[in-house]
Amino acid sequence: MLNHDIVIIGAGVSGSAIARELSRYDLDIVVLEKQEDICSGTSKANSGIIHAGYDAPEGSLMASLNVEGNAMMDSWSEELDIPFQRIGSLVVCLEEEGMPFLEKLYQRGIKNGVPHLEIIDRQRLKQLEPHIAQDAVGALYAPSAGIVCPFELNLAMAENAVQNGVRFLFDAEVLSIDKIDQGFCVLTSKGKVLTKHVINAAGVHADTIHNMVSMQKMEIIPRKGEYVLLDKKAGKHVRHTIFQLPTKMGKGVLVTPTIHGNLLVGPTSEDVQDKEALNTTEKGLRDVIEKAKKTVQDLPMHMIITSFAGLRAHHPAHEFIIEEVKDVPGFIDVAGIESPGLSSCPAIGKKVAKWFQEKYDLVQKSDFQPRRKGLNHLYAINSHQKNALIQKDPRYGNIVCRCEMISEGEIVEAIHRPIPARSLDGVKRRVRAGMGRCQGGFCLPKVVEILAREQDGKTAKEITKSGKNSYFIAGNNKEDLL
Amino acid sequence: MRKVRLVIIGGGPAGLAAVLGAKHAGEDDILILERDKQLGGILNQCIHNGFGLHTFHEELTGPEYAARFSCEIKNQNILYSLNTMVTNISKDKIITAVNPSEGLFQIQAQAIILAMGCTERPRGALNIPGTRPAGIYTAGTAQKFVNVYGLMPGKEVVILGSGDIGLIMARRMTLEGAKVKMVVEKMPYSSGLKRNIVQCLEDFEIPLKLSHTVVDIEGNRRLEAVWIAQVKEGRILPETRERISCDTLLLSCGLIPENELSAMMGIELSDQTKGPKVNESLETNIPGVFACGNVLHVHDLVDFVSQEASMAGRKAVEYLREPKSGQKHEVPVEAGNGVRYTVPSRMCLEAMESSLPVRFRVDQIYKDGFFCVYGNDQRIMRRPFRIATPGEMVQILLTKKQLEGIDLQRIRIELEAKINEN
Repeated sequence: MLNHDIVIIGAGVSGSAIARELSRYDLDIVVLEKQEDICSGTSKANSGIIHAGYDAPEGSLMASLNVEGNAMMDSWSEELDIPFQRIGSLVVCLEEEGMPFLEKLYQRGIKNGVPHLEIIDRQRLKQLEPHIAQDAVGALYAPSAGIVCPFELNLAMAENAVQNGVRFLFDAEVLSIDKIDQGFCVLTSKGKVLTKHVINAAGVHADTIHNMVSMQKMEIIPRKGEYVLLDKKAGKHVRHTIFQLPTKMGKGVLVTPTIHGNLLVGPTSEDVQDKEALNTTEKGLRDVIEKAKKTVQDLPMHMIITSFAGLRAHHPAHEFIIEEVKDVPGFIDVAGIESPGLSSCPAIGKKVAKWFQEKYDLVQKSDFQPRRKGLNHLYAINSHQKNALIQKDPRYGNIVCRCEMISEGEIVEAIHRPIPARSLDGVKRRVRAGMGRCQGGFCLPKVVEILAREQDGKTAKEITKSGKNSYFIAGNNKEDLL
Repeated sequence: MRKVRLVIIGGGPAGLAAVLGAKHAGEDDILILERDKQLGGILNQCIHNGFGLHTFHEELTGPEYAARFSCEIKNQNILYSLNTMVTNISKDKIITAVNPSEGLFQIQAQAIILAMGCTERPRGALNIPGTRPAGIYTAGTAQKFVNVYGLMPGKEVVILGSGDIGLIMARRMTLEGAKVKMVVEKMPYSSGLKRNIVQCLEDFEIPLKLSHTVVDIEGNRRLEAVWIAQVKEGRILPETRERISCDTLLLSCGLIPENELSAMMGIELSDQTKGPKVNESLETNIPGVFACGNVLHVHDLVDFVSQEASMAGRKAVEYLREPKSGQKHEVPVEAGNGVRYTVPSRMCLEAMESSLPVRFRVDQIYKDGFFCVYGNDQRIMRRPFRIATPGEMVQILLTKKQLEGIDLQRIRIELEAKINEN
C-alpha cells in the first residue's frame, strides 16, 4: 500500500504552485524540501519580476506559460492576499542600430500574446522615466509587466496548499529514488516515503533527482546572478522595470523598484560549477553597478544596503522541461525553470495539475479553499486598523525592527503560521525584520530571543540564520570555547 | 491631541542630559520618548569603565554613568515613555509614536530635541563580496549579546575596522574566552582612541593590521574564513591576499547618525556629518527643533555628548520663553584646511553666550601644529597641539569678546600643520 499519491520534490515557487493547484483534488500529497524553509533556492534570489512575455521564442513553453502566468497573477495575488503591482517594463535601446531589434522584440511579443505592447520614442521614454540615460533612443514598453515579492508569493501558495491538506516536510533531502511496484520509494534524510507519483521540482538539483531514476541523463547548469539592493530612499529613482536591449557590448542589467519600495539592480550572468555557490564577487558587484549606469543616470550607489547572488536552473535547451519522463512512467519533471519561471509559476502549477486531472479524471473537492489570509503587516494598514490590532494584542505595538518598523506581534505571528518561520531568515522573509538599512544590526538579538521563546524550550544557541549549522551563538560567556 | 511643551526624542546619553539641561533652566512640561525598555541607550551595554572623567571626575561604567542621569530624572518626576517608537515628526512638530499600551498616538510639541543617536554601518553598506553566512555582526550587536545576554557570538574572531566599539570588543571577547586573531583597518591609522588601542589591543597582544581590509567571505552556513589584503592608496593589492580562518567577523566601520525622522520633517542635513546643520544654539533650520549627541555628529567621549546636550536643553527653554521672530544675522562657520567639519556650521553673534564650544574632527593624523580660528580673514586664535587624529574630536572655545570687534561675515577653522608620515 503506497501511502502517498504524489511526492513533490522542492518547495520553491514551482513545487508550491503545483502543490496548490493539486490540492484542489482529493489526493494525498507531500512536499519534500531539503532546506529548513520554503523558497530557499532559485526562488529566493531573483529579480522579483513578473515578465510580460516578449522574451521567449514564439511557440516555446516558456513563452506560453509566461504570458499565461502573467495574466493569472491578478486573481492569484487577490486570492492569496499578497502584494502585486503592474508597474510595466521598458526595454531601453541605447543606439539607433538597435531599433530594428526592438521592433523584432515587439513582433515576438505580439505573437506570444503580450497585451498593450508599444514602441515609444525618446521623448515619451523621458516622460515615463526622467532618469533614463541621455543616449537612450527608444524603448519597448510593456505595461503588463509587474513586480511581486517572490518569497511572499511562494509562502502564500505553500500555505494555501497546507490549508487544503498538503503536507510539507522540511530538512528532508532526497538521497535516492527506487522504482517499485506501482510507484516509487523515495529515501530522504528523514526516512522513506512511498508514493505513486513523483514531481521533480528541484531547481538547480533537478538533474540529480531526474538522474536517480531515468537512463536518459539530464544536466542543469547553475547560472549565477549577482544583485545589489538599495535603500528605500532610492526606491523611487525609477518607476518601471528597466531592461537594456543587448548591444554588441553585451547584455545589460535591470534596474527596478521592488514591491516593498527598494531599488534592485542586477543580475550578472555566469555559469558556475558549484550548486551552492551563492557568493557575490568583487567583479560581479562592480559589473552590476557599471552596467546599470548605462541605462539609468544618477543612481545613488552609496545607498546600497546589501548584495546577494542567486542561481538560475539553466537547461541546455533553454526551455522549461515539464513532462512525464519517457522511461519512468509516473515521474514528472518540472526542470529548467529559470527566468521567466517566477512569472510562469501559476501556469506551471495549472499545467501539471491538468495532467493529473485528465489522467485520473479528477473532480475538484467541494471544500477546496482558494483564499488564504496573509500575515498582518503594520506597514500595510491604516492607523485605525493598527490601533485595533495593538489593542487586541499589545505586542503589535512593540517595534522590534526600527528600519522597517516591524513589531513583535508580526514576528510572533510568523513563527506560528501554517508554514512557520523557524530561523532568522524565515522571520526576515515573512515580515521584513532585518531587511532594512541596518540589516538586522539592531533587531538581531531581539529576534533571536523571540524565536527561542516562541519555539517552546529552545535556547538562543539553537536558533539559526537559515537552518543546519548557521548558528549565531557559540556558547555562554566564560565557557571553554576554544 | 496631547500637547507637551518640550519633547525629547531618545532617552540615551544625549536625551537624558538634554532633559536635565531643560529642567535646570526651569522647564517643567517635558516628555522623553524612548524606544527601549529602559533609559540610558547604548550606555546600558557599555559595561567597561572610562566614562565620566570629565563630567564627574571619576571613572564610571556605562550603566553607572547613565544612572547618574536617569536617577535624577526619576527624582525630578520628569515624564518618560518607554518601549515607544517615534514613527514620524511633521514640520509643525506633531509627533507620531507607537507603544504597546497606548497604541499609535500623536503629540503636539512646541519644541523638540532630536537625540536619536547613531547606527553602525552594516556589512551590506561596505559592499564586501562573498557568501552570506551567520557569524558576521556589527561590533555593537556582538556587544549586546555578550554584555546583556551573556552569550558569545563566536570563538575565533577577526575584527574589521578599528573604531572604538571594535577595540573594546576585541578585549571583551578575549576576556570571555574567544580568540581574537586580529583587527584589520583599511586606513593607515586607527579611527579609535589611542587609549583603547593600548588597553584593548596592545595589552592583549592582538595585532592591528593597518592599511588592510577584508576582500572576501567564505562559509555557506556559518562563517569559515575571511580573506584580507593590503590597501595602498585606496586600491586593493591582490597579490597580498591572505586567508584567515575564523567563525566570527565583527564590523566596526563607522557610525552613521540616525536621521530618518529628521529627514522626514524636512531638516537640512550635512553631507559631512550626516547630522542636522545647526547654529550656535544647536537649533536646526526648523525653529524650535534642536539636535545634540550622536544624531548631530559622532562623538568620541560621552562626556562631550552630555555637555552638548545640556546646552541644547537650555537653548530649547530659551526658545520656549521667547520664540525668536524675524531673521537673525547668521554667519557661516567654515571647515578650512585639514578640518572635516565643524559643529555648529553657522552662528549668530547676538545669540551667542559669552563662550561657544566649536567641535570638529581633522581629516588625517597631524603632529606639532596649530588649530587656528579666523574671523573673516583675520586670525583670532592660534592654539598649539602635539597630535591630532581623526579618531578624536577637537573642541575649541570661542569667546564673544574675541569676535565682537570685527564686522563678522564668516568664521573659518583650519590647521597649520604637517601630515604625519609615519
